[in-house]
Amino acid sequence: MAALNEEQSLIRDQAKSWVTEQAPVRRFREMRDARIETAYAPEAFAAMVDMGWTGILVPESYGGSDLGYLTFGLILEELGRQLTASPLLASGLIGTSALLLGGSEEQKQVWLPKLVDGSAILTLAVDEGPRHAPTKTALTAAKSGGGFVLDGSKAMVLEGMAATAYVVVARTGGAAGSEDGLSLFLVPAEAKGVSRSARSTADSRGYADVTFAKVEVGADALLGKLDAGYPLLDAILDRGRAGLAAEMLGTASQAFDMTLEYLKTRKQFGRVIGSFQALGHRAADMYSGMELARSCVEAALQAIDSDADNVAELCSLAKCKMGDHLHLVSNELIQMHGGIGMTDEYDAGFYLKRARALEAIYGNQAFHRERYARLLGY
Amino acid sequence: MTASATKTEHGSDLEAFRAEVRAWLKDNFPPALEGIVPMMEGGADGSHAADLATWRDRLAERGWGAPHWPKAYGGAGLDHAHVRALAQEMGRVGAINPIPLLAGMGVTMVGPTILEYGTDDQKQRHLPGIASGKVRWCLGLSEPNAGSDLASLSTLAEDRGDHFVVNGQKIWTSGADISQWCGALVRTDKTVAKHKGISFLMLPMDQPGVRTRPIKLISGASPFCETFFDDARAEKDDLLGELNDGWNVIKRLLQHERASQTSAGGPGGKKKASALHEVAKRYVGVDSAGRLDDPDLRSRLTRHLMDAAAHKLTAERIAAEAKGNPQVSAAASIMKNSATGITQARSELMLEIMGQQGFGWEGDAYAADELAIVREWLWGKAISIYGGSAEVQRNIISKNILGLPETTQKG
Repeated sequence: MAALNEEQSLIRDQAKSWVTEQAPVRRFREMRDARIETAYAPEAFAAMVDMGWTGILVPESYGGSDLGYLTFGLILEELGRQLTASPLLASGLIGTSALLLGGSEEQKQVWLPKLVDGSAILTLAVDEGPRHAPTKTALTAAKSGGGFVLDGSKAMVLEGMAATAYVVVARTGGAAGSEDGLSLFLVPAEAKGVSRSARSTADSRGYADVTFAKVEVGADALLGKLDAGYPLLDAILDRGRAGLAAEMLGTASQAFDMTLEYLKTRKQFGRVIGSFQALGHRAADMYSGMELARSCVEAALQAIDSDADNVAELCSLAKCKMGDHLHLVSNELIQMHGGIGMTDEYDAGFYLKRARALEAIYGNQAFHRERYARLLGY
Repeated sequence: MTASATKTEHGSDLEAFRAEVRAWLKDNFPPALEGIVPMMEGGADGSHAADLATWRDRLAERGWGAPHWPKAYGGAGLDHAHVRALAQEMGRVGAINPIPLLAGMGVTMVGPTILEYGTDDQKQRHLPGIASGKVRWCLGLSEPNAGSDLASLSTLAEDRGDHFVVNGQKIWTSGADISQWCGALVRTDKTVAKHKGISFLMLPMDQPGVRTRPIKLISGASPFCETFFDDARAEKDDLLGELNDGWNVIKRLLQHERASQTSAGGPGGKKKASALHEVAKRYVGVDSAGRLDDPDLRSRLTRHLMDAAAHKLTAERIAAEAKGNPQVSAAASIMKNSATGITQARSELMLEIMGQQGFGWEGDAYAADELAIVREWLWGKAISIYGGSAEVQRNIISKNILGLPETTQKG
């Protein structure tokens, strides 16, 4: 755990006790069984808003508390522990970051207070195919009159069914695959021509495929610079990746704690199975991997807070190391639990399913290794 | 953040200290020694011997050979922040503190343990010699039949009133042939459980009862010896800790050892050209997009560089969490294994990168650093064996940190 200040410690403790008492994994199970289309409990998100979590990144002048990404990460870590579903990451961190980084003063004044009070849910619509590939954006935005017309579709939009608006990545120029010619637009979900359908995924969380059929927006919908939106998008994505990594840290921690507990209680051959060195050494390696991955996650969040010049490098490092670690721990969780881990009645499967989704979103380990190598220049 | 609060409190004091160090280095550090790492024998090669001796004595005079030790015992009584500042300022001019290397196991392991367990008399007799870099220490721990199972050691120390008589054989004693003192783990009670009859004795190497024989390793080097005790003499005054409490003393000493072995990748990082991916680009070449011309290697290289980055960030995190007062802790086992894995992976990648230039032994067909890498690679196999093997570290983590029960199997 990073050296926290008093406020950060308080928020972490508050998050820990709220999640444990009000939003344990049992609630996630109830939500899944109820097959709610938006895939989260509205009262849970309302409670998060009440606790001020949607305003953590937002300056006080727009109704937030401006406590920064490391603090946000502490909350996401606790949510990740119990798989608590909500649009907090997608809207409170990613959508909010988009406005903070790219929004005009007017856009900030319109959107930020609504994001803080939960009346608006803003999520990023970026990928179009099965792999995370921002430069492959094909959805077009053509100039028309004083504004733009968006045409195309987006896949696997985080909290896409709950969103009241999208930050849509569109091609306004350049060839597919190019970083040039990308622009970002703020598009209300209720705009004419927007349609969406929910995905049913193994992790039972909220994703939508969203189609934009000749959607007309005004010039004031443009977020950031025309044709030169890629650096902004990259910065938004990196904040999302660091947030995802924080959630993954919590998910992996809980998966490991469950495994360790089982190793200490399950008896076979007349002894607890944790006394077998074949399992003890694997547990030791997982614990070590966790400590190393945690350092990367915290460093990425801190780098964002201090506006360091290696944010991109550290975010790829965090997402990748955390992805590898969560992959391992989620598999060992099942393997070390044996048969009971395979049952739907037991929670272990939830962690395995969520792990793979978290690994894939905004770039899997291979994506971030490739990016890291590019950033280092080889 | 707490770290920034600390910075403002001590900031001005630290800045003044840095300025003092910089001025002192300008007057006292022989420029010819820039980047020179003293070898066990005393110099990188013979040519720097005089400069090194001067540099060593000047450092010792300030107490900067072991700067965190109390002034009374040859240190400078500096806290962690000042020790770091000192190291950073020295690094800036390429000055390397030779004293921890010259003192063998003295500064990193024996000294800190004497500070914790020693009597005042022992501290006064032994620590200043270590801190000055003039007295080198070796450690007699492992025996031919007591490696990972160290507690089964059989070197015997018999009580003869005012002294002990020591008989037995030690192995893997680093630098025993050039050390003046040895810290040895000996059996002082054969009648009790194996951990409970062990004591830690300090004895001089220059006596008729002590004989050493260098061991040649697969790398061609001989950093280790076998050490034979035949009626060797150790004074009662040189028993460190209580009689038969040596196992606790050594556990602590080994934590210090692990803590000293947790930096991955050696002293490098100064020259950008030595960065692994830069070396890879030179040997392997790049494609039209500037990517390393071997996608498989490129991916594994990235895994390695990420591991190294994670290790470095973890070391920084441990330091930050300890709020500038790092404790030698159980985390040392995690960091030792991590450092070991990274260092060994680096050597393996280096060999792979060099291709057919990567297994030269000697001669003009190879550049000096190509030959050095081969020796480093071979030597590096030792680091997951000594100081508690990688497997022993995993035992420590699973038992001491995770609280998993001891493996009950008995031999």
